[in-house]
Amino acid sequence: MKFAIMINEGPYQHQATDSAYLFCKAALDKGHEIRRVFFYHDGVNNASSLTEPPQDDRNIVARWSKLAEEHKLDLVVCVAAALRRGIQEENLAPGFRISGLGQLVEAGIEADRLVTFGD
Amino acid sequence: MSEGVVKKFMFVNRKSPYGTVYALESLEVVLISAAFDQDVSLVFMDDGVYQLKKGQQTKGIENKNFSPTYRALDGYDIEKLYVEQESLDARGLTEDDLLVDVTVLSKADMGKLMDDMDVVLSF
Repeated sequence: MKFAIMINEGPYQHQATDSAYLFCKAALDKGHEIRRVFFYHDGVNNASSLTEPPQDDRNIVARWSKLAEEHKLDLVVCVAAALRRGIQEENLAPGFRISGLGQLVEAGIEADRLVTFGD
Repeated sequence: MSEGVVKKFMFVNRKSPYGTVYALESLEVVLISAAFDQDVSLVFMDDGVYQLKKGQQTKGIENKNFSPTYRALDGYDIEKLYVEQESLDARGLTEDDLLVDVTVLSKADMGKLMDDMDVVLSF
């Protein structure tokens, strides 16, 4: 199946991005396709290269970058939501790209299922 | 790639307009979706019904009053607006309190409508 993922909450504050990550991994392991992961609302903070969690905690941002590299994932950060929250090209973690909301609508059209994570 | 495909999109708005950014950023997605010629429906339920309340004044909280945008939606060919009856009742509101024309549905009928959608986005 072809999935699109939407993440609406920031890292560490909320479980949404952890669940989304584990969902993506499980889906990929089962041979499904992740068409796109779209970060919106505070979810854009998942793309900040300035994130520095303590050593003994999971690195949520680096984890996404690694998954993107391994599976050629398309990680898209909403430009309007990103600029509001200080996420720009200069502090964008590897594997992420900044684009418009049209990418979310397009993903919804193209995927078999759009799964959202957040409140 | 997605050209010519028309899916039924539903945007479910469940939160009050200014306590969090969800309502405003939901509206931004709705406006973009209009450019993709999709079959778009909007639902307002729970505290989301307050998004459509007439007479919003936001000067005191130094937020932009974006409620006039709901009135502009028909200009984008977004005309399917649904409000849940139970949510209005619980908040002492009626259709007359709302700033746009809507279709009021019971919780049960709203469920049936949702069941018929291809893509449901909840904000």
